[in-house]
Amino acid sequence: MKRLALAAALLVAPHLFGGNAVAQERAIPLENLKSGSAFLGDDLRSLQNDDFANPGMLWVERGEKLWSEPAGRTKQSCSSCHQDAKVSMRGVAARYPKIDAESGRLLDLEGRINLCRARRMGAEPFKYESEGLLALTAYVARQSKGMPMNVSIMGAARPRFDAGEKAYHLRRGQMNLSCAHCHEANWGKRLLSETISQGQPNGYPAYRMEWQTLGSLERRLRACLSGIRAQMLPYGSPEYLDLELYLAWRAQGLPIETPGVRR
Amino acid sequence: MAARIQIPPKAKPGEIIEIRVLIQHPMETGYRQDDVGHPIKRNVINVLSCRYNGVEVFRADLSSGIAANPYIQFYAVADQSGELEFTWIDDEGKQGSERQSIEVAA
Repeated sequence: MKRLALAAALLVAPHLFGGNAVAQERAIPLENLKSGSAFLGDDLRSLQNDDFANPGMLWVERGEKLWSEPAGRTKQSCSSCHQDAKVSMRGVAARYPKIDAESGRLLDLEGRINLCRARRMGAEPFKYESEGLLALTAYVARQSKGMPMNVSIMGAARPRFDAGEKAYHLRRGQMNLSCAHCHEANWGKRLLSETISQGQPNGYPAYRMEWQTLGSLERRLRACLSGIRAQMLPYGSPEYLDLELYLAWRAQGLPIETPGVRR
Repeated sequence: MAARIQIPPKAKPGEIIEIRVLIQHPMETGYRQDDVGHPIKRNVINVLSCRYNGVEVFRADLSSGIAANPYIQFYAVADQSGELEFTWIDDEGKQGSERQSIEVAA
């Protein structure tokens, strides 16, 4: 019902959801967007929607503790500046990846958290896929649960978006496939026992059954690359960020589900 | 070992209460190999026990084949106000425990 209402709102008032993005042509029209959870079985979908049993909530809880734990030279915690995450972080994840005004760099939530640690706390950055980084990212993203994805692709973000769009449509690997070949041309069809999803990022960091743990969107992108037998780029490559920005724009209006549960 | 426990904070005498437990644990099966082919040692939570005011009301012997971060749900009869204590131990001997109190009144 909620999804129907949202789709209706999108049809009536597309300008509400980032008018800047409407001019860009969309392969999947906004009203046909489907979150990854729509391609799950009932069991996994209900696991995701169960706020207690969703295993990703273990990380969210850990992130809540980390939020007010001082770290680094300045002995400050996230809450020293941002106070209550439930208020200050509401809606933030919906706007990422985003250009950092100070450095002009494109950052996803993980990048923002690590930059904050370096710049304000004088702390060591978390390693990619470390428990601390996943926990804080999941906790921050959780505060935007249910809010529609809404990234800006204007200004300095535009060239990164264009690069992301190009990366999305680039054929790669031994199978010579681009992202679009599965997730735009063939979503909803079967690939062996699985239904191909639209490749939407709104549940990340997500708990994947295949990983038996929580993982970032970047890890998921790497899994796709390995699936089409392409070379995996190293963690932190700008191409991942470009892709993340493109994916976020592509998911415009989809509600954030972090921590999602995926196959 | 992080864990989440959920029991109703209040119950009537004789009421059947639902108890939910979620523990963060890799539940390494012992059947996998690392990148260079060495077997990875089994490490699973092998016992989970729940005591209600000191009396064991539930015990589970877990083994390989239970997914990582196991979720266990069971039931008990609310008897009197008091404390439920959950303890578990894995193959490496690491122990975890959590306590939650329940108020039983008509």
